[in-house]
Formats: sequence, structure tokens, C-alpha cells
Amino acid sequence: MDRQLFAPGHTACAGCGQSMAARLVIEAAGPNTIVVNNTGCLEVFSTKYPESAWGVPWIHSLFENAAAVASGIEGALKYLGKKDSINVIAQAGDGGTADIGLQALSGMLERGHDILYVCYDNEAYMNTGIQRSGLTPFDSNTTTSPVGSVSSGNIRNKKPMPEIANAHGIPYVATATAGYPQDLQRKVKKAISIKGPKYIQVHVPCPLGWRHEPVLTVEVAKLAVETGLYPLIEYENGVLIGRRQIKPKPVEEYLKVQGRFKHLLNNPEELKKIQEIADININKYNLRVESQDNK
Amino acid sequence: MKEFLEGSRAVAEIVKLCQPAVISAYPITPQTHIVEELAQFVANGELKSQFINVESEHSAASVVLGASATGVRVYTATSSQGLIYMSEVLFNIAGMRLPLVLTCANRALSAPINIWNDQQDSVSLRDSGWLQFYVEDVQETADFHLIAYRLAEDKSIMLPVMVNMDGFILTHGIETVDIPAQEQVNAFLPAYKPLYKLDPEDPVSMGLLADPDYYMETRYAIQETMKTALALIPKVAAEFSKVFGRSYNGLIEEYRTKDAERVIVAMGSVCGTIKEVVDELRVKGRKVGLLKITCLRPLPAQQICEALKNIPKIAVIDRALSLGSFAPLVSEIKAVFFGKNKKPQVISSFIAGLGGRDITKDSIREVFRLLTAKERTCEFIDLKPELLQENYG
Amino acid sequence: MFGPLIGKPATTRKNKTGSWRIESRPKFLQKNCIACKICLLVCPEGCITGNEKNTFTCDYNYCKGCGNCAAICPKQDIEMIKEDAKE
Repeated sequence: MDRQLFAPGHTACAGCGQSMAARLVIEAAGPNTIVVNNTGCLEVFSTKYPESAWGVPWIHSLFENAAAVASGIEGALKYLGKKDSINVIAQAGDGGTADIGLQALSGMLERGHDILYVCYDNEAYMNTGIQRSGLTPFDSNTTTSPVGSVSSGNIRNKKPMPEIANAHGIPYVATATAGYPQDLQRKVKKAISIKGPKYIQVHVPCPLGWRHEPVLTVEVAKLAVETGLYPLIEYENGVLIGRRQIKPKPVEEYLKVQGRFKHLLNNPEELKKIQEIADININKYNLRVESQDNK
Repeated sequence: MKEFLEGSRAVAEIVKLCQPAVISAYPITPQTHIVEELAQFVANGELKSQFINVESEHSAASVVLGASATGVRVYTATSSQGLIYMSEVLFNIAGMRLPLVLTCANRALSAPINIWNDQQDSVSLRDSGWLQFYVEDVQETADFHLIAYRLAEDKSIMLPVMVNMDGFILTHGIETVDIPAQEQVNAFLPAYKPLYKLDPEDPVSMGLLADPDYYMETRYAIQETMKTALALIPKVAAEFSKVFGRSYNGLIEEYRTKDAERVIVAMGSVCGTIKEVVDELRVKGRKVGLLKITCLRPLPAQQICEALKNIPKIAVIDRALSLGSFAPLVSEIKAVFFGKNKKPQVISSFIAGLGGRDITKDSIREVFRLLTAKERTCEFIDLKPELLQENYG
Repeated sequence: MFGPLIGKPATTRKNKTGSWRIESRPKFLQKNCIACKICLLVCPEGCITGNEKNTFTCDYNYCKGCGNCAAICPKQDIEMIKEDAKE
């Protein structure tokens, strides 16, 4: 293989959704890209000294500052007159984006830097052992929102990061998933072609943290979309211009294949709450396929 | 050219002459004027930097980290809470061997919140791997920023440098200062050529995970580089003297210490006051002197030893504490002499000027008075005992 | 100077993660393949190559045996076989 932008030999778990997505993102962006990575699974499994999987310039600083470091890189490139020919991508996990990284992200979006921010959403702090984050879904079993005799898991809904990004008035916001790789690459290419701050949130199943067989990664990712629990949407300049329409499957189909939700299967009350979350998404984004043909 | 300038303005003028590509800072008293002046230069087209207004000090340091990694010269400034907030990034920058110059307008640390000058902020970060200079007046402030860039970007150093100026006293004080011409600065400070940079033409990965098999050697390497810096700083100071005509040792300044019986050791603007008291006492026949520590990191242990080994009594003035133990500067001075044959008989520790409490000439006279054969530990100067009577609950 | 730990591109390739496989590996039948390339896209290791129909295969030095390629192939042209199978 000639110049590989994200090489194999890294130590991601077999079937890692984030690994799938990270390679798709950088291959869509191309070799003229500088990547800034927050601390997390991706950073740890791809760059253990003396090796690096990355075939593009890549930098890791701390847990929360990819957006700020990227802002500095973008500023330097502007000064050098090179910004137009080099893409800058800042990427992080859900914790590094919605929690500890929110301040730096918000600043970067507000200042209008020409940077694509990618959030790999595996819905918990996976690198440190599956702890709850601001993007952990309702009723998810994590080590810091565990299921017990008086708890059915995480008590809060996902922080609406795409909406928060959108509220900053940036030109492009999208959600994507490891389940639809071509859609993800299309969105990355589109984002790169737009000047200004862009936000793409990619749903990436984690076989270890979500407790499913590695072979089911793509399947699980698709089910999240097909139940309405993870809408695939696109905003341009604040306007919803695209969504993947679905024939909604009941949420149980998604929940039953993951160990982190298995406590819900005999709990109709909690199942109902999760179905409500899906139904709200379906109505809000008009996800239901119309009876005529759709693409 | 000699001008009558506010210290902050002098810093901004010097930074302008260094032409950083990216400037990023977050406002905090008393650093604000520095960055405001730079913003005005950029707005007037006098300085072609990318000026990035960030949402916190942590991000300010992160922005300049990223820009430095892209291979350009950068600048930031902060103070007190801001310095401590960005301290995580400061350790990161040193560990990644990225050159950077940061001006710290020394200010006390909260709590209680206090915007006035002491040195707790930067002294608390002496472990970070940054070079640290403490300047006495506005001229030194200006000159040491040039020396800072020259050192940081030297291929044998590649470490960030902090120039510490006493908040309000130097940032807002107005003094005569010689601001050099661009040609002189260009002669002294070559264009920055990075060792590694983020460039798609030659991709590298930075900031890798180092497991126990590798981490320790990176720290050893910085420790070794500090030794290199100790040797280089006087050479750079000599180069500086050739170009600009002002002489500095770069590490310390010995003021009338040759035959002194009592010497005060201190850092920063208080040295100006101490020099005046030394002169007054000398007129009266008292053999007193001052050892100014200009460079705290790397610690010029050998130079300190040489300067003080024959002085019978030393008073170290700390403008910071290490609560629960001996004060920071005096601990290091004592460590320098441990096990040495020739050393002072008495090294007394004085705490002064915390939270902006003025260190007056009377305060210095008091220090000399208290510098006797009886060694003092953590003696607070100008303390108000009546305040300590207050009871709660 | 040792210090700014710099990583050179694609140097992870020296780790042959194919040794991780203990259960099964993908067999590319190369019979009904339509060159949709989805297998190439979803592989977490990026070790699948191919262009024309029935030319797809993977680099077994790196394949961890996750099985996602076999699971998504629309033509069932990839089969997970036992790791110690003779083929």
C-alpha cells in the first residue's frame, strides 16, 4: 500500500467502530490534512511511542484542547499563507467533546476558524474504562452510572451536541455513523469543501463498552439509526437540509443486542421511555419514510 | 531609541519587533495592557500576526502550542490564576519541546483573590521544565524578551521561556527604556527554524504515548538541556551586549557583594529598592550587598556558590511560600551550599511583599537589621499582628 | 536530543496484529463479488484491498478476525472460517 493515511498494526480492539470511522474520515479528507487529537482510545491505540498509525501530520496535546490547538495551527497556516491548501481536523471522543472539551470547542466555533471538528461518539469514557459522559444515552449501564437495585443506569439524555454546535451559527453540522461508511465519507468531503467551522458527530459502536460481539459493530450502528435513536441529519447554515429517512424499528431491536441495555428487556416502563426518545427524534426530524419512494 | 514607556507597552514594542506569527491571550489583571497594545498594533497593520482572542487561558496556551508545532514563532502572556489554569498546558509544552515565550505579570494567587504583586504564581511552576527569568526594571523586561526568544528557539534548547515581571510595579510603571531598532533585533534574533513541524510535505506525529520504557528518558533529556542552557545563557547575554550595548550576566547580578558581610538574595523589582538601601548603608560604612537571581530555571547553582561562599550572612527574601515547609528560594539557596566547605554561616529566610504589600526601603533596612548570627526561618516582614487576633465562630 | 517523541508515518505496520486472531478469519470467495467496496470501507484495520469484481482480499498480517466484512457483504461472498482451517 502506498502512502497510507491511517495504517494497520494499531492496537484498537477487533471490530472497533472508532477505528473504522477514523480511517474513513482521514481518507476522505486526504493527505493534505493536519489532524489534532484529544486524549482517548483513538489517540492511545494509534500512537504508542515509537509507532504511529498516522500518515498525515498529527498532534496530540491534552484531553480537552484539540479545538484550541487546532485553532493555533489554523492561525499559523493562515500566517504562512497555506490555509487554503491544507485541511485542519480536530477530533475527540464524546467526553473530550461534550464534557471537558466543550469550552475549547465553543471558542473555536465562535471564532469561525476553518476547521472540521469530528466527535467520535461511543457514548462513554471508553479509554478509561466505560464511565458515563454527557453523551451517554438514557438508561445506559456504565461503571459510573451502573445498574443496581435502585438504578436502571444513566438518568440523563444525551447532551444535544449537534444542536449546540448549530446554535453557534456555523456553516455545516452533521451526524454520521460507522454503520454507513459512504455517507460518513460524503459528509467529510462536503465539510472540507466549506470554509469555516464544521461539526460532524459520528456514532461509533464500542464492542467492549456496549457489550456486543465485534462482528456486530456495523449492524448495531445501523440499528441505532433505524430505530430513530441516532438520527442522521445535516444542517447547512442553521437549516436542516438532509436526514436519512427510516422505516422505524422498535427500540428493542437495537437494545437487545447490547449488554449495556440488557437490564431493560424485562422492564417495559423503561423501554417505553426509550421508545419515547426515539419517537421524539422521528417527529422532530421527520425521519419516517413517506409512502412514496424516497432516497 | 529611548522612550518613556509603561512596562506593558515596552513588552508589546519588543514583541512587535520579534514578529510572532500567532499571538493568543486571555485578559487578566495586570497583564491586560500588554495584549491590548499588541492588539492595537495588529489593528493598525503594524504587526502582521494572527491575533486570536480565546475563551480561556488554557486555550490561549493551547493555541500557541498548536501554532508553535506548526513551526512559527508565537507569543502569549498571563498572570496568577491564568498561569495556574494553563499550567497543565505549560507542562505539556515543555514536555513536547516546543519553543514559546510567555510573559507572566506576577500576581498573587487566590484565595483570597488579590490582584497585586507577588511571585507565587510563577514560582509555583518552577518544576515545569520552563526556563524562568525574573526582571528588575522595564529595560530588563524588554531585553530579556529578546534573550528569551533567542534561547527558546536555539536548537540545543527547544524549551519554552517565561519572563516574569512584577505585576503593576513593572507592568504599569513608567520608565525610560531603550527600544532597539528592527535591524538590531534581526541581527540578534534569527528567524525561527523548527526541528519538527506539522507539515503534510513531511508528516510526523507529535505527543505520543510514552510507556514506562520511554518516559523517564524524556525527562532526563530536559534536565540535561537545562545544563546546556546554563552554559548558553551567559554566551547569549554576551552576544546581546555586542548588539545592544547593555551588559547582562543573564543568570545573576552581584551588586557590591565582593567584600560584603551581609547580602540579601532576591528576585524581581524589589532588587531596585534593595540596591538603593545597599548604597545608603555603604555610605554609612556598612558592608552590605545584593545578589539578584535573574534566572531561576535553570538554577545557576555554581554561580550562586561562587558569589556567596565567602559571605558570612545571607538573607533570602522570598515573595512566595511553600506552605508547610521552607520558602522556595531559600530552600534552593541552602541546597546549593549543602556539603560545601566554603559557605555562609547564616542563611536566614524572610517573607515579604505578599499580595502586593509594598516592600519599602524601611522593610529592607529591617531585613538587614534582622540578619544576625541567629538564623531566622520564614520571618514575615511588615506583618500586621493585630489582624491575626480576629476570631471566627 | 531525545525528547519530543516524534512518530514516523505508518510505523504501526511493524505490529502484525494478525496474531490476535484466535477463532476465525475471513475467506474471500471471489465468486459473486460486485466490487461494492463496503468490506474495504468498514474494515477497522483498513487491511482489505481490491478494485475489480472478485479481486478483494485482506492482509492476514493485520486482520484481527472481527468479521464485520463477512457480516455486511451484500452477496455473502466473504465467509468466516476457523482460524486453524487448512485453506
